[in-house]
Amino acid sequence: MNNRLYGNLIFELSKEGRRGCSLPKNYFGDYEIPASMKRTQDAALPECDELTVVRHYTNLSNNNFGVDTGFYPLGSCTMKYNPKINEEIAALPQFQNLHPSQPAQTAMGAKAVVAMLNKALCALTGLAQFTFKPYAGAHGELTGLMVIDNYHRSRGDMARKKVIVPDSAHGTNPASAAVCGLEIIEVKSSPDGLVDLEDLERLVSQEGPNIAAMMMTNPNTLGLFETHIPEIAKLIHDCGGLMYYDGANLNPMLGACRPGDMGFDVMHINLHKTFSTPHGGGGPGAGPVGVRDGLQEFFPFVSPYQGNFGVMMRAYTYILSLGRDQIKNVGPLATLNANYIKESLKDVYELPIDTVCCHEFVFDGLKDKSTGVTTMDVAKRLLDYGYHAPTIYFPLLFHESLMIEPTENESKETLDAFIAVMRKIADEAKDDPELVKSAPHNTPIGRVDDVLAAKHPIVTYKQMMNDAN
Amino acid sequence: MLDKVGLKSLDGLYDQIPEDIRFKGDYEIPLGASEIEVRQLFERLGSQNQQMTCFAGYGVYDHYTPSVIPNLLSRSEFLTSYTPYQAEISQGTLHYIFEYQSMMAELTGMDISNASMYDGTTATAEAMLMAVAAGKKQNKVLVSETVNSNTRKVLDTYALHHGVELETIAGKDGVTDIDDLKARLADGGVAGVIVQQPNAYGIIEDYTGFADVCHENKALFIMNSVAADLAVLKTPGEWGADIAVGDGQSLGIPMQYGGPYVGYMCCTEKLIRKMPGRIVGMTNDNRNQRVFVLTLQAREQHIRRQKATSNICSNQSLMALWVTVYLSLMGKQGLKEAAQLSYAGAHYLCDGLMKTGKFHLVYDKPFFNEFLVKYDGDTDALYQRFIEAGILGGVKLDTGILFAVTEKRTKEEIDNLLTIAAL
Repeated sequence: MNNRLYGNLIFELSKEGRRGCSLPKNYFGDYEIPASMKRTQDAALPECDELTVVRHYTNLSNNNFGVDTGFYPLGSCTMKYNPKINEEIAALPQFQNLHPSQPAQTAMGAKAVVAMLNKALCALTGLAQFTFKPYAGAHGELTGLMVIDNYHRSRGDMARKKVIVPDSAHGTNPASAAVCGLEIIEVKSSPDGLVDLEDLERLVSQEGPNIAAMMMTNPNTLGLFETHIPEIAKLIHDCGGLMYYDGANLNPMLGACRPGDMGFDVMHINLHKTFSTPHGGGGPGAGPVGVRDGLQEFFPFVSPYQGNFGVMMRAYTYILSLGRDQIKNVGPLATLNANYIKESLKDVYELPIDTVCCHEFVFDGLKDKSTGVTTMDVAKRLLDYGYHAPTIYFPLLFHESLMIEPTENESKETLDAFIAVMRKIADEAKDDPELVKSAPHNTPIGRVDDVLAAKHPIVTYKQMMNDAN
Repeated sequence: MLDKVGLKSLDGLYDQIPEDIRFKGDYEIPLGASEIEVRQLFERLGSQNQQMTCFAGYGVYDHYTPSVIPNLLSRSEFLTSYTPYQAEISQGTLHYIFEYQSMMAELTGMDISNASMYDGTTATAEAMLMAVAAGKKQNKVLVSETVNSNTRKVLDTYALHHGVELETIAGKDGVTDIDDLKARLADGGVAGVIVQQPNAYGIIEDYTGFADVCHENKALFIMNSVAADLAVLKTPGEWGADIAVGDGQSLGIPMQYGGPYVGYMCCTEKLIRKMPGRIVGMTNDNRNQRVFVLTLQAREQHIRRQKATSNICSNQSLMALWVTVYLSLMGKQGLKEAAQLSYAGAHYLCDGLMKTGKFHLVYDKPFFNEFLVKYDGDTDALYQRFIEAGILGGVKLDTGILFAVTEKRTKEEIDNLLTIAAL
């Protein structure tokens, strides 16, 4: 990554009459689009030659940080290495050129990939069948909740519109429930960071016949395994609800415990987390939804075809590359890495819940609060040292949450170097707090004015030009 | 490392998991394979897919992908990054999203765009939810019968669970019946009206007067369009749409058996705070540089939770970059030429099919690069003859065969199809 900003917009490189493409001649004759149906003005797209376009986007990429650039301990996002073979396989023309409505007889290879991936995901989760229609994790959550809603409707159980989520849940859970027309009730966390069973019992006795489902991750967003999961599942099942597993934190469970065996009925998997497909700057991902036997008939139509097939190709390549012999090491190694960082830093960073974690854990800022250095400052200072920041200010249970997830891919040397930098920042916070508070210093840009962006939104080039005049 | 953690073996890491739910055995998946073996397997599977000359469309089109695009997109600084929360080290992503938003707003003739959505069908569903949320007590959305049935099925799903009342506006001779629309609007309670351009049968509809009747009845006018066709067609903005949605796949994204594609959503400036999804905006940094940042996040799920405008977290960032590079390369002229070539090829094919005397157009209306015909003989047998010749001869609908042509189809390929069709 460069430490100087490349800031041109492609529109600013445009020169009238230039182009970066070549097209065949028209051998078909003069067919004219009816004038009344034509746009009156051309779209003001940039006019650039090919080299200008290539340089522009290459320079832009140098303003970016990815997993391939450096360590990316972004909690709950599972930023693992994206193997290069995955990309090549997904780009095979025999798959890339397939139209989604091609008849089955002409797409047998693609169909086989879908079937094999389905089988593998069932084996890894202990569920019976997956639908691949959901395009992303949030789309998977929505799809899974629709399965649950469809199930209750099919039984004429129309009152079941409430979904229990822990207060530590990711914001998507309540948002997905709302889109699905369901209502959220929050169950409290106990001081040990787990679902408070007494509070859950109270909710179940109050709301029993209205409960559609309980939605949770396990390990939870604090990286802690919900040890009472069998009791939780029993409570929910006994009152007629279903158990939904948010697959956001599935990675540490590979080789340890399957959602189906924990008592979950429906789940989604973020293929872009656990199964190594690239995050692509925010997508595309894929969020296949798996169900216990008997619930397949309730899969909804949430997209037309097989979902993000290209992402599925990458995920199956990953599963095949690790295979039966290696995949069970994923969870333990990710868990070991997280615990190693936690134990190596807990004397200088506040660890609110001091216990064995899974793939991630949460600090509540620096231990020494007297310096005034916040989690935000620590995160920005990490950028100076060539690291991506951890997830900050989530979960909402603590004021200064700093959530670290290293994944199984990182070596001891990488972790040691990161630990050394985190300790150095803690020292800097004492010795020279201003240095940390004014970070970052070595990045292409400094801290940004978020307030200005929201107060006076400029979201297109045209608005920018109008604003300048 | 185990010493530091205070454990003797990796197994101890999971002591907190109740013994009876621990997974102890081996997963029933294949043994690990080397890169060579993985490649061989996929090549073998690939050979079971038939490579065909594509005349199928119905929302997914075989446009050409310039070689620059996959090359640039393989840059791992783009590929292996996450959502650009840390603006200081994510200017690459934020910057191209700003360009993407600018280009999509241009193409659709709308004020603003979000940072992209999953695909065209789900973007349309999000527009429906947006209309209902923007409407005060209106909970009804009208959808034209001429909207693609895949989009309609996704709308039906979202509407069922969210409690939106969906009604169909009748079609008349292959286009939306404005009289039926007026009658339904007059019943009241309508938050939004959804139409498609070109419609499901490839027909270019005349939407004169639609926006006015929608607005007179306080309903938002939502138009779903094939992105590439907007290079030449009258834009949703010109038709008076409040929200423009659709799929960006036609902007050079490979068909790849259904995804990933990219949905776009643009709207008028006054609806910006109702919009779902990520939005990137311009601002300054503390070094006084022009920079870009995720903005208006108070709409989103990680802040508003159940009160968010949508549950969507990600955008379809890398595919938005795909589209952005495509539009940069094609530019103002190239995009128009590709659209005109597709138009000309489709009309040449249609003329040829008519000349065989065995086909007729189901609707006699202006069409773009896709058209619906009825075959006088056995349609299934004809379709099979195409397949045997390596041709994907359109998409079979209940009412006929829908043929699509892009700039990729040569005259030889079309003539070959015509020869088989004439047999």
